[in-house]
Amino acid sequence: MGTYMLAATDVDFMVHGLFQYEIFGQKLWITTTHVCTLIVMLILIIFALVVNIKIRKVRPEDEPKGLINACEIIVEKLDGMVINSMGEKHYRGFVNYIGTIFGFILLSNISGLLGLRPPTADYGVTFPLAVITFCLIHYNQFKYQKVKGVIAGLCDPWPIWAPINIVSDFAVPISLSLRLFANVLSGTAIMALIYALLSKFAVIWPAALHFYFDLFSGAIQTYVFSMLTMTYITNAFGEEN
Amino acid sequence: MNQVTGVELIKACSAIGAGLAVIAGIGPGVGQGIAAGYAASAVGRNPGAQGEIRSTMLLGQAVAETTGLYGLLVAILLLFVQPLAK
Repeated sequence: MGTYMLAATDVDFMVHGLFQYEIFGQKLWITTTHVCTLIVMLILIIFALVVNIKIRKVRPEDEPKGLINACEIIVEKLDGMVINSMGEKHYRGFVNYIGTIFGFILLSNISGLLGLRPPTADYGVTFPLAVITFCLIHYNQFKYQKVKGVIAGLCDPWPIWAPINIVSDFAVPISLSLRLFANVLSGTAIMALIYALLSKFAVIWPAALHFYFDLFSGAIQTYVFSMLTMTYITNAFGEEN
Repeated sequence: MNQVTGVELIKACSAIGAGLAVIAGIGPGVGQGIAAGYAASAVGRNPGAQGEIRSTMLLGQAVAETTGLYGLLVAILLLFVQPLAK
């Protein structure tokens, strides 16, 4: 094999299979994505339990401090973000979902700092997230605009445009998931390239790149994913709602 | 020079194709720059609305970025999955 193969095997940012099992004649793998997703979820669950225990001891007349204060700021910011884009009327039903995906995607994106492979750099993680959004969009469309409104929306300028409108409906989850996936994957790939090909020189300064690719880009993509989810759902409410 | 086998030729062409695919990054770069420029002039005209302008700009830039990311995906598929060489 030539030298190019050497470089290609050293660069390693793909998903690895850890454990194979068989179910209904299908060979399936437990991969690094599963493990990293479980770690991210464990961190979130432990955080939630700790905050829950702490918040039960707080009396309402006390001044909030420490962890409780930080949590109040987070909840207020999330509430403000959802109210801003969805309006006062609808935000109660969606702030929990938006907060959940916000926390999960943000922690997944910055888990590269913990030495994990970010779970969102696997299309099998981002596509289900986008499918949930897709289901929410169409559930709310049917709930608020009724069947008549949905059909009227499909035949928007003229009935001939219905196939194009259907295709653009199905393009929403694909572009939503590919955007998040490709952004996180590109960061992971560039970091892997730097560590593999510049291994002798990558001493300290990759920390700045980690700051950009993991923290900054991860936070922006989290914001964009939840913002687009809210925008699409708000569009599904129709004009009078 | 030794004879080049078909698979090696396909791998070499895949690498060239990957390089060509990431040229798609030019478009989003220009588009995001234009969006940021207009956002800057909007902040200059109306400094009070800075937060709203920033979130609108980020949203628009993220949507504009998608085409570049498609090019990147094609490049990564060509380089690491090598669908044509199988």
